[in-house]
Formats: sequence, C-alpha cells, structure tokens
Amino acid sequence: MHFRTRAIHVGNEPDRATGAVVPPIHVASTFVQPAAGEWGEFDYSRSGNPTRKALERTLADLESGWGALAFASGMAATHCVTMLLRPGDHILAGADIYGGTYRLLHKITAPAGIEVSLAPSSDPRAFERAFRPTTRLVWIESPGNPLLSITDIAACAELAHQHGALLGVDNTLATPVLTRPLELGADIVMHSATKYLGGHSDLLGGALVVKDPELWKRLYFIQNATGAVLGPWDAFLCSRGLKSLEIRVREQCRTAARLAAFLAADRRVARVLYPGLKDHPGHDLAARQMDGLFGAMVSFEVAGDLEAARRLVQSTRLIHLAVSLGAVESLIEQPALMSHASYDRADRLAHGIADGLVRLSVGLEHPEDLEADLDQALARAVG
Amino acid sequence: MSDSSNPSANRPSEGFSTRSIHAGEDRLKPGFAMTDPIFCAATFTFANTRAVIDFVEQKQPREEYARYGNPTEKVLERKLAALDGGESAIVFGSGMAAVAAVLLAKLQAGDEVVLFDECYHRTRELSAKHLGKFGVATRQIPACDYEAMEAAITPRTRLLISESPTNPHLSVVDIERFAAIGKRHGVETLIDATLATPYNVRPLEYGVDYVLHSCTKYLGGHNDLLAGVVVGSTEKLEPIRKLRGVMGMVCGPLNEYLLLRGLKTLELRMKRHNENGQAVAEFLAGHPRIEKVYYPGLPSHRDYEVARRTMRGFGGLVTFLVRDAGDEQTSRIVDALRIPRIGPSLGGAESLVEQPCHMSYHDFTPEQRRAVGIPDNMIRLSCGLENAEDLVSDLKQALDR
Repeated sequence: MHFRTRAIHVGNEPDRATGAVVPPIHVASTFVQPAAGEWGEFDYSRSGNPTRKALERTLADLESGWGALAFASGMAATHCVTMLLRPGDHILAGADIYGGTYRLLHKITAPAGIEVSLAPSSDPRAFERAFRPTTRLVWIESPGNPLLSITDIAACAELAHQHGALLGVDNTLATPVLTRPLELGADIVMHSATKYLGGHSDLLGGALVVKDPELWKRLYFIQNATGAVLGPWDAFLCSRGLKSLEIRVREQCRTAARLAAFLAADRRVARVLYPGLKDHPGHDLAARQMDGLFGAMVSFEVAGDLEAARRLVQSTRLIHLAVSLGAVESLIEQPALMSHASYDRADRLAHGIADGLVRLSVGLEHPEDLEADLDQALARAVG
Repeated sequence: MSDSSNPSANRPSEGFSTRSIHAGEDRLKPGFAMTDPIFCAATFTFANTRAVIDFVEQKQPREEYARYGNPTEKVLERKLAALDGGESAIVFGSGMAAVAAVLLAKLQAGDEVVLFDECYHRTRELSAKHLGKFGVATRQIPACDYEAMEAAITPRTRLLISESPTNPHLSVVDIERFAAIGKRHGVETLIDATLATPYNVRPLEYGVDYVLHSCTKYLGGHNDLLAGVVVGSTEKLEPIRKLRGVMGMVCGPLNEYLLLRGLKTLELRMKRHNENGQAVAEFLAGHPRIEKVYYPGLPSHRDYEVARRTMRGFGGLVTFLVRDAGDEQTSRIVDALRIPRIGPSLGGAESLVEQPCHMSYHDFTPEQRRAVGIPDNMIRLSCGLENAEDLVSDLKQALDR
C-alpha cells in the first residue's frame, strides 16, 4: 500500500472490543497482571502503553524500520541515542545541526567523557577526515538546520560503517514523506515529532526508528530505565497528525518553493538558502534524495544588518514570530537570537549562521497570503 | 490580521486555508501560546460582587457557566462562522442536537415545516414524529422538486429544510432557487451542508438563512469526535443560542479543541476527498458489475449541472448499486473490501463503507426502503484520505471476486 494509506491504517486498527474506528486513548499508568510473576503485554506505562505503541508501529512502518520508540521530546530521543556511548567513544556530528542537539552534545555528553566534534557532513571528504578510531556514532541532519545544507545519507552510512560507527539521522526536516534514511543505510532515524509529524503546534514528542531488533532492544532498555516516554494524550494527537502528514508536507513544500523563488528575486534579500533553488549547493543531491520536493523550510539573509532582520521577523502580520517549525501555522525566527542562541557566537558564525539570517517555516496558509505578508515585512525591514 | 480586537471578521480576501488556520483566533493568545488553550472549566469565577452585577447587567461580556459558552468554544464558533461566511455560529454536541435546537427554537404549535424527503432520516423522524407531538406539522416532498416545495408552502410554513448533497443519493439542491422560494414566501430556509463543507459550497452566499453541519464528518475529519454547528446571522441565531443554554446540548471543550484542530487541514483534506470520490466514482461507473453510481461529479448524475455550477468539488461520498445483485451478493462485496471499514458515518481520514439496507435503514420494511430509494444492492462508500489507487484497486479486487 502507498505511504498515505499506511499512515492512516497501520497502528490504527479498529478496537477489537468495541469496533471503535479510532483506538481508545489509554491513559492508565498501570495494568492489571494475570498472576504474580506472570506479565501481560503491558505492565506499567513507562515500559509500554497501547496508545504509545500504536504510534510507534505507525512510525516504524512509515520509516521502513523494524521498531520505533516514542519520547517526550525530540531532545529526549536524541539523548537516548547518546546514552549508547561509553567514555572514550567519539561522536562525529554534522556542522549544520539543531542548536539543542549542539547544546546536548557539548554540555551534557562531552562532560560525561565522550568526545564530540562537528564537521560539515555535506562535504564527504572533509567529513571523512573528521573520523577517529574511536568514532562510534555519526549524527547528521538533512536538510540541516538552519542552513538547509544537504547531506548524502547513503554516502555517510557507508563511511560510518567502514569506521565501525552507527549512523543516526535527524529526519525532522525531511520527514519520511520525502526521505527514509533507513532505506539509505542509516541505523537510527530520529524525529522531533513536535514538528511535521504532529504538525499542529500542539504537542511535544520525539521518536527513534531503527531497523535492527537488537539495537531497538538496547534503546528500549535505556528509554525504560531513564523514563522520557511520550504520554498517551500527546501520542494520540501525534497519531492523529500522521493521518494528514503526506498531504500537509507536500503542500507545504510546494508553497515553500514558491516563496523561495519570490525571495530569491527580491533585491531586499541578500541570499536565499533553499535546496529547491538551482544555485543551492545541495540542489542535485536533494533532487535525488527528497522525492522531488525540497522541504518546507526556507532560510534567507536580509539585505541589511542584525537589526534589519530583527525588524523583519517582528513585522509579519500573518506569520508568527516563534521557534519550532513544521506546523500548519507559518513561523519565522532569527536563529542567532532564537533557535541557535545556544551556540557560542564565534562557533555560530563559523558555522555560517549570520546575525541577519532568518528562518521561515512555511505552513499551510494560502501561498499568496504568505507572499504578501513577507512583502510588507520586507518593506518595513529594509524599506 | 494584526487587528486582534475583531478576530471574527470574515476575511474574504484571504485564501480558504489561511482562514481555516487563523480566522476566529486572536493573534496573541493566552500565555502567548501558539494554539488556543482547552478550557475544561465548568464554571468561571468573579472577583467580587460588583463584577457579578456588571456581568448580569451586561456591562461586561464574559464567561459565566460552561453551558452558556466557554473560551475554546468561542474561538471555534468564530472560525466556523468565518468559513461559512456567516456572522455567528453555535456549536452543539452532535449534528442532530443542532437540528433539534433550530427546530425547537424556531417552531411552535400550529407551525409547518417543509422538507425534502432525502433529508437524513433522523432529521425527518425528529420533525415528523417528535415535533408532531407538539403540534408542528411536517410536509415531505420529493427532493429537488421545487414546484412541489412551493405548492406545499402555506401561511403557517416557517421553515424550508434540505440537505445538499443528500445522503445517500447525493442529490444536489439548486440552493439559489431554494433560497429564492423561501424569500418569496417569507419563510426561512436551512441547508444541511454536511456533505459539502464550506470548502465546496457556502449556502449563506446564496441567501439561505441557516447552514448546518454535522461536524462529526468532514469538519472534524478524523472520526474521533461528535459535534454539530448552525451558522447564520447573529440576530436569527440568538433564540437558538438561548435554547442551547437552557437545554445544554453543548459540545465540550476537548471535542471542541479536536474540531478546531481538524479545521486547520480542512482545505487539504477536502481536496483529497474530492479527488478520491471522483476517482472512485469514475472507476465504478466503468465497471461492468455496477448498475448505477450516484455521484454529482459524474455527467450521468441528474444534478451534475447544478453541482458544477455551485460546488467546488463533490466530496468523498459515493453511492452505487451492484448489477443483478441481491442483499447477500452485495454484502459479500462489502465484506471483501480490505481498506474501508464497515461502519456508519463518513468524512474521516479512514474510508468507511456500509450497505444502507443493513445500517441506516435496517428498521425499515422492504416496502419502506423501496419507497425511499434504498434497494438491497446499494452500497455507500465514504472515501477517506487514503491513496486513490489503493481504494480503486481494493474495490476492483472486491468486485472481481
């Protein structure tokens, strides 16, 4: 069956007891057991919950994985992966990654005795040089955030495996609609389900999907032992969001492409970073790796300074000024002051995140309304 | 958009999807949250007696007790009103609660209602049987027979009611003509546009007084809530709102939130339902085992021209008759389908299928079913959001068995 059909039906089988077309939301924290020492399928909701499991089954199917684990947030999911490592191990991460991941790796993982380094994953040769004999985990995003650099996932998987490391891919921005990293050789897919998977700005969630049952068991052990699980209400909302995932993402990508072209042709904009534009360095790769679409995030630099960019993001009338992305509502933000504020400034500039960079998450509004809003905000920002 | 003081303003200049996402909502919400909070409060407290007095003297509009309204509901009502191009909306616990509220608020003993006989059978039952006990007379006339409708109007007629499209025959009412008949006779008109949704048609724009939806269907869109709504002018809705406050058939904040969430993807979903309905109808129309397909997007449909003129798309509901098949042969096709689940209702992400003679009309005698055009070989399919090719190939395997 096609992706969209599976997104609606896998993990969403009618309730056997009542026939309910949508499975019940199991809010129970604990489950009655058949006998002392004899365990049913579910015992305690940290270890497993039917509503969470339904979501995990859908996600595993959509990402072509063996199993999934749902977490309370994307960061909780990423943290779970880092807990596979031991002191002395090395994590090699892409340079264009979410600020929260940067913070986790440098402020939580590194002090625990794990080596952390960043290198541009979109440049395979430079990336390969950054491997160490102790590299056990490679962590990439494609498209990257916020520069929307494109990384060759299959090539990274090959590199990681040559060096005896696992490849983890934060697939939040591409979504399984456009890219399924496990099919390209990755070992772990991670999602901030808060973004496109949930899609409605109304839940926090994270997920890991893997294709190796043994790896799933190791991650499950960590999740159960540390407890950052997704609650049943949010799992329900996320499952509900998945039913419209494909149509949302495709529509949002189409609108983003149009807005990127609009911005690229505008003199008030210095530079547009959108993989769908022919001059984007990752354009050809994205065209192969993203099912013909290029995502719904558009980053650009205003022809002006930090203040001009600040005026721009504060002048939109329809687009909201907020971090996060991937929802039906369009959002705009300035990475230097918001999503990537947890980078050291020097490191941030070194990674190409200029003060005047603006990141736009394109929602489901009518494209003409969004274009008109950007137009008037640019007029206020740059004049 | 920056004017958050008037969030309910109908913004016709904006695209439908923009309205469905933003209309009715304050730009800055409580706690600066991206989404509206779910107010589970049963009651709302006052700072002091002065505040109570100001409220009851209507100097200070605010919430009082959740049966009269709650903040989540107000956002939802403003959004639904904006989508249908109406001034106000009132949300109910189900579509039937909305129908009941309109009838009870607008009619009294001695009044008459005229409705098309293809209206939902529970609507007809409510009007004829239950309101009949209170002295309201119901006249049923054949669907889309405008001359019969005009002839049925008497000086005591207060309301003309129809669905459009109807269920399960998918007759499409010429809403302009329907509204004009009402205006000519000074009778109010109501269209239940559940199957169309405001994406496909907005009856108020044709001069209808009330538009009603079972929000359980496309508006909620995920088969996970029950709700109803009536939209119209604030003045005309006022007695209905008062009645809801008395009778209490409210929707509840959790359902209201889910409905609000569903509306954000209404345009996308309806485009997909329209495409899937059209693809499935065209496939069935060309299949040798199918005797007849009821779908307004097919040129063979009686109301094709009216539908094309007034509707942007024709929805996901497709009704069809199996050629030379009795009840059991028809059931075998229903049972052989793998994607659509068997069940009543329609308009959700998941496709649903039913054989009306066993489901909605099971308590009718065969003669009664024949009289209302529900033969045993009729199947009603609500196409969900699945891939159209998957739905068509599923139908193909079920029909080819």
